[in-house]
Amino acid sequence: MELLEVKNLNRYFGGLQAVADVSFNVQEGMIKAVIGPNGAGKTTLFNLIAGNVPPSSGTIMFHSDSIHKLPTHQIARLGISRTFQNIKLFRGMTALENVMVGRHVRTKAGFMASMLKLPWTHREEKEILEKSMELLKFVGIAEYHDVDAYSLSFGQQRAVEMARALATNPSLLLLDEPAAGLNTHETLEIAKLITKVRDLGITVLLVEHDMSLVMDISEEIVVLSFGQKIAEDTPTAIQKNKEVIQIYLGEEDA
Amino acid sequence: MNKKNIIHLACFTGIVILVQLLTQWTDTAYYLTQLTMIAYYSLLIIGLCTLMGYAGQISLGHAGFFGIGGYISAALTSHNLIPYQENTLVKMLNNNGFLVGREDLYGEALLSFHPWPACIIAISFTFITAFIIGIPVLKLKGHYLAMATLGFGIIIYRVVLATEVFGEADGLSEVPGFQLLPGLVVSGDFGARVENYYIAWSLVLIGIVLLLNLTNSRVGRALRSIHGSEEAAEAMGVNTARYKLYIFVLSAVFAALAGIFLTHYNGGIGPSETGILKSVRYVAIVAIGGMANIWGPLIMGVILNFMSLRGMLGTYDDAVFGVILILVMLFAPHGILRLNIWEKCRTIFPLTASKPTRLKENQ
Repeated sequence: MELLEVKNLNRYFGGLQAVADVSFNVQEGMIKAVIGPNGAGKTTLFNLIAGNVPPSSGTIMFHSDSIHKLPTHQIARLGISRTFQNIKLFRGMTALENVMVGRHVRTKAGFMASMLKLPWTHREEKEILEKSMELLKFVGIAEYHDVDAYSLSFGQQRAVEMARALATNPSLLLLDEPAAGLNTHETLEIAKLITKVRDLGITVLLVEHDMSLVMDISEEIVVLSFGQKIAEDTPTAIQKNKEVIQIYLGEEDA
Repeated sequence: MNKKNIIHLACFTGIVILVQLLTQWTDTAYYLTQLTMIAYYSLLIIGLCTLMGYAGQISLGHAGFFGIGGYISAALTSHNLIPYQENTLVKMLNNNGFLVGREDLYGEALLSFHPWPACIIAISFTFITAFIIGIPVLKLKGHYLAMATLGFGIIIYRVVLATEVFGEADGLSEVPGFQLLPGLVVSGDFGARVENYYIAWSLVLIGIVLLLNLTNSRVGRALRSIHGSEEAAEAMGVNTARYKLYIFVLSAVFAALAGIFLTHYNGGIGPSETGILKSVRYVAIVAIGGMANIWGPLIMGVILNFMSLRGMLGTYDDAVFGVILILVMLFAPHGILRLNIWEKCRTIFPLTASKPTRLKENQ
C-alpha cells in the first residue's frame, strides 16, 4: 500500500528550482532512501514533506490525504516525524525530557489542567515517562536519561533525536542524514537501529550521503540531481545505473 | 510536584512568616507596607519569568498590562455613577449587584463598581488585549519582538496620560479597598497591615504553585522546547504559535492581577506605573534572577524592589536598573545566582587559564 505519494512536486527559491517536478511513492513498511550530490534538493524535499516549507506546486499525499498545505505540527499529528541533519535537540533539557516532548502530540493536558494539576494529568505524565524511558532503552541510551542532551556524544545525540521522533508514534519516519558525522562503528549501530525501527512497522524515508549505509539497508532508492529525479530503483539496479554513476564519478571520456 | 519544589515552597512560606514576626518583634511594622507592595510586583515578575525564561520570549510591555489591570479596576471602582443613575445600563448593573454605594471623604454619596466585577472586567480586558497584541507580535523574534512589545508599552503609557477618565498625568486616587471575602480587604488601612501582608504573599504563593505545576508538565516541556529549537518543537507536533500566545496571555494576566491588587492596596495608580522604565525594570529583575527558574527572579525582585521602594537607590532609581541590565547581559547572562566566579575569571583573564576542553563533535 502506498503510504506517501509525492506528485509533480516543485519548489523555487527565487530563480533557483530546488525541487523540479519530483514524483515518487513510498510503500508502507519499507526503508527508502533519497540520494544525490550536494545541492540536489534532498533536504528541501524533506522540508516539503515535513511542512517546513510549502511547495510551489505539486501534491503530497499521506494515507491518501493531501498534506502539503498543512502546518508542520499538524503533519506531526498525522504521523510523520523526523530527525534533523544538524541535530536539533532542545537545549537545557535532559535526554529523557527531550524524548518526553515527543509524546506531546499524543497527550492532551493543557494550560489549565497543568496549572491545577488535575488528577488525570498524573496518569498521563506517568504514561509519558514510561513510554519515553522505553524508547531510550530501545535506542540503547537509557543509562544517560538524566544527562543534559547536548553533553552527550554525537552518536548518542542522534539516538535521542531518533527516540524523540519515535515518541510521536509515527507511521513514517524521515531521517535527514542519520549517519552524518558518525564514525564507522556508530554508523553500523545506527543502521541496525533503522532496521529495528522498520521491524516495528514504521516506514522509513532517509536522505543519506553514506553510500554503504544506503546500499545496505534500503529497499528502494530515489536519486536526485539538480532538483530532478533521475532514477528510482533497487540498490543493485542503482549501482549499475549509468546516469547515476556519471553524476557521482563524472563523465568517463569528457 | 516533586520533593525539591515542596521544600522550596515550605522555605518560602517559612521566610514570609518569619519576616512578619521579625518586624513585629523589632517594632518595624512599617516595613510591611513595602513588603506588601513587593509581593504584588513579584506576581508580575514570576509571570514574566515564565514567559522569558521558559518559553524564551521577551516582553518590554508588561508594565502596560499591569497598567491596564490597575487603571480599569481603579476607574470602575472610583468614578461616581450617581449622575447617570437613571441610565438603563447603570440601573441594570445596580439591580444585579455590580455596583455599590458608599460615601467619599467629604460624606457625599458615591455609586461605583464593586471591586469584584471591576477586577473581572479588568482581567477580561487584559486577556483580550494580550490576545490581540500577541497574535501579530509573537511572529517576531529576538529584538524585533522586544521592540514591538516596547511599542505597545509606549502606547498604553501615552493613552493613560491623555485620557480624562484615567486622570491624565495625575492618575487616579481614592480607589477603595478590595473586599476579597467578608472581613478580608485589600487596602492600605494601617490597622490591616499584617493582614494585607499575608493576603499579598498568599497570592504570590498560589501564583508560584500554579506556575511550578505548569513548568513541570506537558505544557511546560512544550514551552521549553520552543526555547530550545522552535523548528524541532514544531516537528514534534507542538503548535508553537499557539503556545507562545497562551503563555504571553497568561503572563499578561499575572501582570494585570498585580496591577489590580496593588492599585487597591495603594488606593491609587499613576501613569509612571505603566511606563517603559517599569517594563525595563521588570526585565532587568528577571534577567538578574536567572530567567529559567522562578525563585531567582523572585528573590532578586524582593531585594531590588525593597531597595527601590525604601529609597535606597535615591534619585538614580531607574538608572540603577538600566545599569543592572547592562551588567547582567555582559557578565551573567544566566543570572547572578548562577554566576560561577572561577568561570568568569577564566574568561576575563584568558591568557592565564587553560582553554576549556571542548568536545570535538561541535565542529
